[in-house]
Amino acid sequence: MTDATLHETTYEASMGDYFALLKPRVMSLVVFTALVGLLVAPVPVHPFIGFVGILCIAVGAGASGALNMWWDADIDAKMKRTAKRPIPDGRVQPGEALAIGVALAGFSVILLALATNLVAAGLLAFTIFFYAVVYSMWLKRSTPQNIVIGGAAGAFPPMVGWAVATGGIGIESVLMFALIFMWTPPHFWALALFVKTDYGDAGVPMLTETHGRRVTRNHVLIYTVLLVPVALGLAFTSIGGPVYLVTAIVMNAWFLKGAYDIWTRNDADAEADKYAVEIRVFKVSLYYLFAHFGALLADAALRGAGV
Amino acid sequence: MAIKVEHELHNRRRGRNMGVGLLLVGFVAIVFGLTVVKVLQLGDANQFETFDHVARPQIIPQDGGE
Repeated sequence: MTDATLHETTYEASMGDYFALLKPRVMSLVVFTALVGLLVAPVPVHPFIGFVGILCIAVGAGASGALNMWWDADIDAKMKRTAKRPIPDGRVQPGEALAIGVALAGFSVILLALATNLVAAGLLAFTIFFYAVVYSMWLKRSTPQNIVIGGAAGAFPPMVGWAVATGGIGIESVLMFALIFMWTPPHFWALALFVKTDYGDAGVPMLTETHGRRVTRNHVLIYTVLLVPVALGLAFTSIGGPVYLVTAIVMNAWFLKGAYDIWTRNDADAEADKYAVEIRVFKVSLYYLFAHFGALLADAALRGAGV
Repeated sequence: MAIKVEHELHNRRRGRNMGVGLLLVGFVAIVFGLTVVKVLQLGDANQFETFDHVARPQIIPQDGGE
């Protein structure tokens, strides 16, 4: 036995290594949007059942993260940003990640079905399947539109939260889904424009590399234009209200202006000011999503207070 | 004479074992909490008895129940 194999067999993965498989940062966004979906629904939920519902959604999201890391360990090892993840770093064995992913996925879906209803559990199961199989295994390595369709996985949580409360699907929950779905491409491509990525080395087709940065700039503008009616439309459903309407008008104008600025620039301009506009628009896109969902929550609180 | 022999593996895995233990305790707490909430949501606790599929004369009013 060499020293190297001795080291490999004696390292004990800690709880933290396993927790890192669940992508905690992605999980926090999932918890926030699912919680808003649950709280804005017109049906009150017992706080403990609501808590268990959100926990199941978070664990389900974590399970799909673990399955994604299991499947993508080969490309994660080739990219600087992901090389320190537990599997490529050798802290967790691929089989362990697969087992944790499958076990937590089954566990979260069954507990959600028992605690709430079959619609919510079915949606959660579909979300996990969509992220792990449709996005990770199929689209990610085969098309530059991967993040457009894969973004659907990130858009499901508020629909699941809504289903936890109502036991069904409504125009409101579909529009919350559409809001995140349409927001993901411009958000991600704004990032792709200024971050020097090594997706190409790993063989993952990204729009910036397959079709060039000019096309990516066009896509940012097109998807932002398509996002605006979805965001404004939500204001006129039962969960919209004055706070949401004002927020949506301000944030959409801001985001649209940013997308327009990205579109009018070329890479020479961007190099000259070190991608200042692209970085600004990426930050705006983060505020954009939090502001919209925060405003939905504020309007729900106002309705609850009888205002 | 020491009855308990501590293998060094026990020390190495202490953190993990504690973590798994805490997760199991948390799971028990969740199932218990759900049970309490679901039973209380039934309103009339007598309904709970009807789930055992056994004839229970004491819960039928005309047979001497309330």
